[in-house]
Amino acid sequence: MLTDFGFILLYFIIGFVFVGIGILTAAVLRPSHPNPIKNSTYECGEEPMGGAWIKFNIRFYVLALIFLLFDVEVVFLLPWAVVYKQLGWFAFIEMIVFVVILLAGLAYVWAKGDLSWERPRPYIPSLRDLVVPKKD
Amino acid sequence: MNEILWLLLIFGIKAIIIISFVMLCAAAFVYLERKISAVIQNRIGPNRVGPFGLLQPFADVLKLFLKEDIVPKNANRFYHSLAPIITLGVAFSVFAIIPFASYLKIGDRVIHMGIAPNINIGFLFVLAMTSVGVYGITLAGWSSNNKYSLLGGLRSAAQMISYELAMGLAVISILLMSQDLTLTGIVEAQKGLKWNIFLQPLAFIIFLTSSFAETNRSPFDLPEAEPELVGGYNTEYSGMKFGMFFLAEYANMAAASAIISLLFLGGWNFPFIYEWLGFANGSVELVLVQLLVFLAKMLFMVFFFIWTRWSIPRFRYDQLMNLGWKILLPLGLLNILVTGIILMYI
Amino acid sequence: MSLTFLIFGISAVLAIASGIVTISTKNPITSAISLVFHFFMLVGLYLTLQAQFVAAIQVLVYAGAIMVLVVFVIMLLNVGDEQKLKDKMSFKSILAICFAIIMGVQFFIIFNVVKTTNIKLADHASEMGSVQMIGKELFTNYIFPFEAISLLLLTAIVGAVVISKRKLLSNEELSLNKIED
Repeated sequence: MLTDFGFILLYFIIGFVFVGIGILTAAVLRPSHPNPIKNSTYECGEEPMGGAWIKFNIRFYVLALIFLLFDVEVVFLLPWAVVYKQLGWFAFIEMIVFVVILLAGLAYVWAKGDLSWERPRPYIPSLRDLVVPKKD
Repeated sequence: MNEILWLLLIFGIKAIIIISFVMLCAAAFVYLERKISAVIQNRIGPNRVGPFGLLQPFADVLKLFLKEDIVPKNANRFYHSLAPIITLGVAFSVFAIIPFASYLKIGDRVIHMGIAPNINIGFLFVLAMTSVGVYGITLAGWSSNNKYSLLGGLRSAAQMISYELAMGLAVISILLMSQDLTLTGIVEAQKGLKWNIFLQPLAFIIFLTSSFAETNRSPFDLPEAEPELVGGYNTEYSGMKFGMFFLAEYANMAAASAIISLLFLGGWNFPFIYEWLGFANGSVELVLVQLLVFLAKMLFMVFFFIWTRWSIPRFRYDQLMNLGWKILLPLGLLNILVTGIILMYI
Repeated sequence: MSLTFLIFGISAVLAIASGIVTISTKNPITSAISLVFHFFMLVGLYLTLQAQFVAAIQVLVYAGAIMVLVVFVIMLLNVGDEQKLKDKMSFKSILAICFAIIMGVQFFIIFNVVKTTNIKLADHASEMGSVQMIGKELFTNYIFPFEAISLLLLTAIVGAVVISKRKLLSNEELSLNKIED
């Protein structure tokens, strides 16, 4: 069994060596004429405004956390699936209890709105707007 | 000692064949993509380099080798270089456990058609490797210090982790059917016409959708949505580093097609062919036929990937998240429940 | 056996090295990535113990989910390079030195014990580490811990949502207060 993993390790090493050779060859072949404008950050031709390393929306973090918890669920489902036929109804009910408890979590997150992302609400002008100017 | 040398020799041959196969696949799929998209859009497509433009991808690779590598001065140089290496490395790594055919028997020696298709953890390996693939893209987005890159990287990471769950759940219903984690075992369980696409159509749809999302292919190519994010996470990449992301995309597509054909399309199984041909187990002819069947299925899946890309518009981000979390995840659980109940009564 | 030992040695040394990088580097991303590398080295250690399932889970959950979360946090909060700590000899560092000494003593004892007793893998370690065996054990002998895990996860989900909501609310209140001032 360990030999199989050993081969996978060797394969990884060969793969990374292969990628490394690609990079080195490119490094030897390619020209290098840097200048300040070429090396500036791309922002559609405008002068870049500040850096990109800014604070971000926290919902990505909440999403990653929820993912982590459900990932653990999938991990527990795997060994269950493999021995399912040997264990029978008992294991089935056990797993239903497990999944239902986690589904309560999913329902909670769902109800709290952490799974719903902001929808774009485009303003579509109608003929009426053209005739009667809107008063703000 | 002699035994170890033999094993290493066989392994070396297999590794070189598989790596060159992946590279060739990536090049061929780039060409296919351009040709098929041309046909779909009523154009001619590449036709200058070589007959029918067949040498176009090689010319592209040569061009990428000779292009200057531009790293923005505010970027983190180390991670900027590391990210494409991780991405391509992960794309390669999945092929370590893909069995291309059953096995070859030479004398007393049984040679499996893959690096290690029989490891006990089987599909877990694929799941683990795809979960590591997030780093390549996230790091690429972060290290460029570019707003488009960062947004693309974050979006992509959130997308990949969301669909990983649905993918895992789809696979669990397959495992319920096969009771075996190894890919060879899953293929053997689909002998004849017992393909999982017929027995588990819902799981197939879930898996297909999530593998589109995992490989960042259209209609889930939001990380590189051109109209809003320029190039997404690879905006600041050029030369060979960009080429590596590009190759990785197609290598990932190849891996995804190979895995879909193993899990759902029966791998090298095909009704009646083997009974009709009557080759012995482990003979060279049998392995060749199996290889052809498998590659044909894989090619069909690749065609499907390309076909979809040029037919369906891109999802919006909230639609993407809704589909992953509110539709595919509950559907996957429901599918497991139904499969479990049915299996109890069989 | 010697090959196994070689793999063990390499992954153990690299695991310790990457662990040291994790705690000593100033750049938070470097710290996170070296922790990911550390997890991969732990995979090597698990495999030498024939624990294949645990090894795969190590990558899937730790490297693929927990560290993604950490990397997200680093990116979202945009944590800059760590400033040099001002307090050179505080209570914390004294405590750290004490623990280092205790750990050294522990290592000394462990290595002396290893010399005298013969440690080897159990006969059926390879089967024990397989997914099938873990499934069987988990769903027959360890039902209660297994079901308890689901409650733990539920608590974690609710906790995550509550904490994130409270942060947002307090921010809003803060900005409201500012406007009123």
